[in-house]
Amino acid sequence: MANDTKKIVTGPIIDNNPIILQVLGICSALAVTTKMSTAVTMCIALTLVTAFSNLLISMIRNHIPSSIRIIVQLTIISTLVIVVDQLLKAFAFGLSKEMSVFVGLIITNCIVLGRAEAFALKNPPLASFWDGIGNGLGYSVILLVVGVIRELFGSGSLFGVQILSLAKDGGWYVPNGMLLLPPSAFFIIGLVIWAVRSWKPSQVEKPEFKIQSAHRTEVS
Amino acid sequence: MDSLFNLFISAVFVENLALSFFLGMCTFLAISKQVSAAFGLGVAVVFIQTITVPVNHLIYYYLLRDGALAWAGMPSVNLSFLGLICYIGVIAAIVQILEMFLDKHVPALYNALGVYMPLITVNCAILGGTLFMVERDYNFAESVTYGIGTGVGWALAITTLAGIRERLKYSDIPAGLQGLGITFITAGLMSLGFMAFSGIQL
Repeated sequence: MANDTKKIVTGPIIDNNPIILQVLGICSALAVTTKMSTAVTMCIALTLVTAFSNLLISMIRNHIPSSIRIIVQLTIISTLVIVVDQLLKAFAFGLSKEMSVFVGLIITNCIVLGRAEAFALKNPPLASFWDGIGNGLGYSVILLVVGVIRELFGSGSLFGVQILSLAKDGGWYVPNGMLLLPPSAFFIIGLVIWAVRSWKPSQVEKPEFKIQSAHRTEVS
Repeated sequence: MDSLFNLFISAVFVENLALSFFLGMCTFLAISKQVSAAFGLGVAVVFIQTITVPVNHLIYYYLLRDGALAWAGMPSVNLSFLGLICYIGVIAAIVQILEMFLDKHVPALYNALGVYMPLITVNCAILGGTLFMVERDYNFAESVTYGIGTGVGWALAITTLAGIRERLKYSDIPAGLQGLGITFITAGLMSLGFMAFSGIQL
């Protein structure tokens, strides 16, 4: 059992990462990563919501008629998200303003619903809970990598603390403004995917169309 | 009228939901392999977005807002914390109703859009549009315009991406970038192109 739990938790971090392999939950991954503080908040919020929604849905999985399961899942998830949203508004109002609509958008984050559909409906509560934690962590790893790159090289700081001294304040580092703009997030995730897939070639997708190499003698 | 037109243009190009707010990314990347499928999904999104944003505006304005229940004699009630659950309920319900309606009365359209309908409930662009409408305090006319604009913008983005991907199929891509990787880079370049629209005011 202990071994199984470990596999469920660590599996999604590299081998079956929700963002770069399952293509789930990309929206928020790109939007909140200009700063580390918002990225970390998002990671914690999403991991908790996924874990608890998996737990709750798995507990009532035998009682949900399959024709209305989506709406039941959405209700459970949105209740959890409302709790998170209210907590953020109460204890970290500035952060919740900065993240604006993206806290609410955890509801439609495909990771939460995807894991509920794919895992929680078929597995016992405890395993589902760990699966939620694992996928949350897999999501967090990517978010943190992207967040570090964007904040460190985009504005020379981490968590708002200046690391590289900026040229405009007499330092040496000229920040790369593009990293704070939306397109850079796409590029960084694309490059992360490239890096991970070069490391683990089993994740490489099959091309739909293969370029044939022909000998000169065959081409007439 | 001028300001509405301005809002429409900015919703389509400058604040494109897919490319500058990253909303609806999952379906944006998954359904963009063929232009025909992408266009079908785009039309469905325009449809749903045009209906849900104004409906959610009415719900927010007359039921949930601070002091909105004054007409029912309860001026001090603030139900705005129930917003998220109401909006997602409305979206799910409207998608379902529209699906049944189209199935019964417009079967041709149903056959074209039917498979994409369930995907739309969990498309962040729909919920995102509603949440932006609430956050920016649009009035009814503005929320209708914003709904259409964001829908058209999203449809434009996904159809364009599908067009590029259809061509890209025949190019020689490094093994690790195959599929998802190159799609991300393409979307990044498109987003860079759309940044050129920023600052446009009519």
